[in-house]
Amino acid sequence: MSTASVPAPLASPVTPAPIFPFRTRAAIVSRLFAVQASWNYEILIGNGIGFCVEPALRLLPGGTGGDVYRAALARQSQYFNAHPYLSSFAVGALARAELEGQPAARIERFRTALCGPLGSVGDRLVWVGMLPTCSFTGLLLFGLGASPLVCVLVFLLMYNAGHVALRLWGLQMGWEKGLAVASALGHPILREGPVWLARAGTFLAGAAVPLTVMRLVDGGGLARVGITLVAAVAGASALVLFHGRVEGWRLALLAGFAALVLFLLRHA
Amino acid sequence: MIVDVLVLGMLGAILGLDVVSFPQAQISRPLVAATLGGACMGNAGVGLVCGVLLELFAHETLPFGASRYPEWGSSSPIAGAAAAAGAAVGSVPMSLLFAVPFGLLTASLGGWSMVQLRQLNARLARRRLDALARGSARTVAGLQVAGATADLARAGMVAMLAAIVALPAVRWVAVQPAPMSVYAVPLLASLGGAVAAGAAWKMFHATSGTRWFGIAGLAVGTLLVALMSR
Repeated sequence: MSTASVPAPLASPVTPAPIFPFRTRAAIVSRLFAVQASWNYEILIGNGIGFCVEPALRLLPGGTGGDVYRAALARQSQYFNAHPYLSSFAVGALARAELEGQPAARIERFRTALCGPLGSVGDRLVWVGMLPTCSFTGLLLFGLGASPLVCVLVFLLMYNAGHVALRLWGLQMGWEKGLAVASALGHPILREGPVWLARAGTFLAGAAVPLTVMRLVDGGGLARVGITLVAAVAGASALVLFHGRVEGWRLALLAGFAALVLFLLRHA
Repeated sequence: MIVDVLVLGMLGAILGLDVVSFPQAQISRPLVAATLGGACMGNAGVGLVCGVLLELFAHETLPFGASRYPEWGSSSPIAGAAAAAGAAVGSVPMSLLFAVPFGLLTASLGGWSMVQLRQLNARLARRRLDALARGSARTVAGLQVAGATADLARAGMVAMLAAIVALPAVRWVAVQPAPMSVYAVPLLASLGGAVAAGAAWKMFHATSGTRWFGIAGLAVGTLLVALMSR
């Protein structure tokens, strides 16, 4: 994964943000959760961005259905790509740019420039940081003997606290900074967050995998747990060695069904 | 069985929708979804064990944008439900040995169905490019609703088809005499542990300092295993 290159600000220093009506903000927030509903290979989440920005566009001169509104919505529904959670930065910034009456060409250039950074920062922060860290926490709790309810609730609460906060913060930052939102992408949470999440994730993975294996082979004693762990380490080493050439879960699918057939046939 | 299939179909539809379309709260992760599937069949504990095994594999398949990846939302509840249904009539290890690979297979088919859905969404969007260029709010909202509805239907169908196959099959597998079944869970655990550990290395090794955090975590985990296995 490449490191994010933050685009240079397209706007002069940030001017104070205009008032962001509560109803408009609430409508945008609720729509952000469905930003990917029409994800497709043609315009990716472009239509979703238009869908999320639309409540703000109703505040444009002429209101819903006016020429300004329609031109802005058409602009915002074009091709766009970003991490779904971080698309809130773009939505906030684009909504403000439209309401400030920025030139169309400038908004379109800004939109294009945002795609790359919002994708790569989001992938590193969420998919390779937050998600595995929360998942290994859930597995660690399982390994320590927690009940199903505790494992599931801790995972969901931990993950969604970060997920929802990120969407809300992104929208706020986008609205506050407008076309200068690129400066927000240099925030320590986005710059250092992935590094610390990776470290936490590695620690949790190291602790969770042995404990999870232990609880799965429950009652087998130390020898059985040890043999299972040695097999897991050997398998992991092989997967690292053949990194990019084999996918472990596909091999596991085949191995699992092969074992099922073997176990059934051994008796027959 | 019809009621079970319908309930699991609805659960799979809702959890499948969470993967991409709405709200991406990760209720579709195997840890959660398989536990819910198990709970639907009256045994959340076995569902959780199945979910933990699938979760270990899921670390290798992160949902990066346009890439094709297994779809856990509609597959995991069926795997969890199958494990619980098998456990209710027979051997837990054999139920898991059926449910986990079946969950992986269904997740793979679910991933394929998502690609088809994205192509369908692209066709719908292409037909409405003119309306989008005119700034039609109705078209914008319509595409979102159509995409989400199609995703809900897709996930529901995947889940129902999987449940129709899995429930009778696991009830048969679970009652077959299988002297080697004692090795079933250790086999699945070693496969899952290998994939999760390999995936953790792939995800984190490029970040500076993670090696020492990994070694420290492994030391803590191993020490706890030694203490708790006595």
